[in-house]
Amino acid sequence: MRLNKSGLIASHGEVLREGIRDGMPIALGYFVVAFTLGIAARNAGLSPLQGFLASFFNNASAGEYAAFTVIAADSPYLEMALITLVANARYLLMSCVLSQRFAPDASIWHRIFVGFDVTDEIFGISAARPAPLDPYYNYGAMLVALPGWAGGTAIGIMAGNALPPAIVSALSVALYGMFLAIIIPPARVNRVVGAFVLLAFAASFAASVLPVISELSGGTRTILLTVVLSAIAAVKYPRKDEESET
Amino acid sequence: MTHSIWIYLLVMSAVTLAIRILPLTLIRRQIKSRFVRSFLFYVPYITLAVMTFPDILHATQTPVSGMLALIIGALLAWLGASLFKVSAFCCVVVFIAERFLVG
Repeated sequence: MRLNKSGLIASHGEVLREGIRDGMPIALGYFVVAFTLGIAARNAGLSPLQGFLASFFNNASAGEYAAFTVIAADSPYLEMALITLVANARYLLMSCVLSQRFAPDASIWHRIFVGFDVTDEIFGISAARPAPLDPYYNYGAMLVALPGWAGGTAIGIMAGNALPPAIVSALSVALYGMFLAIIIPPARVNRVVGAFVLLAFAASFAASVLPVISELSGGTRTILLTVVLSAIAAVKYPRKDEESET
Repeated sequence: MTHSIWIYLLVMSAVTLAIRILPLTLIRRQIKSRFVRSFLFYVPYITLAVMTFPDILHATQTPVSGMLALIIGALLAWLGASLFKVSAFCCVVVFIAERFLVG
């Protein structure tokens, strides 16, 4: 990667700014969620620095929460590896999607740095943009989202439960609001997407109350439903090659 | 405590980063299969929808305020409001609703 900063800002500044703009609600939502995650980290015995590093390199709420319970229980390292793998497996799928959004000649460094922070939210906003993916958009979002997440965890460890519940409750829907802003406009334009969004809502609700499947962790249910519903959509309504990305 | 927190952090970070980075770096070419291309096209919308509902109902102090945020957020997004606006309005809706719903 070239480190000529003035050149970078000149050629990518606009996209970087768009990434920062769309990353702001993510950073806000992350800060609140990470703050409560910090309380779990504190109970597991992590210092603020350790919590900061765990969140900087993982940026995954369910995955980190599961990992902190492993630390708290003093379980074997292998268990840590397995739990992290299961809780974060959906990122594998998202990384596959993004691999197809990159221009085939995109450098390996851009692929590594974009891969570094494939979260539900950053995946959502970058997948909503037309291909080919511009890594500087992701970098802009990461620039605010990562400090929000890692800083929130560290402050959560230091401060404990300090935010009033009304504020936590209100801010905790910020991330869902963002998901809606990503999926609803294409659902309006593309009937198949619209139908499958509604189907996904219904199936997800059913999976959360039905016996057996509701026993699975949230992350595993998400993968299962995503793979099954996307496969059905792909078989029944395959995309023609000339169709542009919605 | 017999295990080191630092080694725990190393293990979890290595696994997470491998999951995120390997597909992006190993799949360098455009996939030709129409099924796989269609599948990957639908994944983002379906996975975000699965993660939104019913989880939004459990994120708030009462399910009703979460439901209101979902309905108003979806309506605003349908009308073309920006990412930030939809997100901020959802927070405001929950805050106001819970002033009445939570005693």
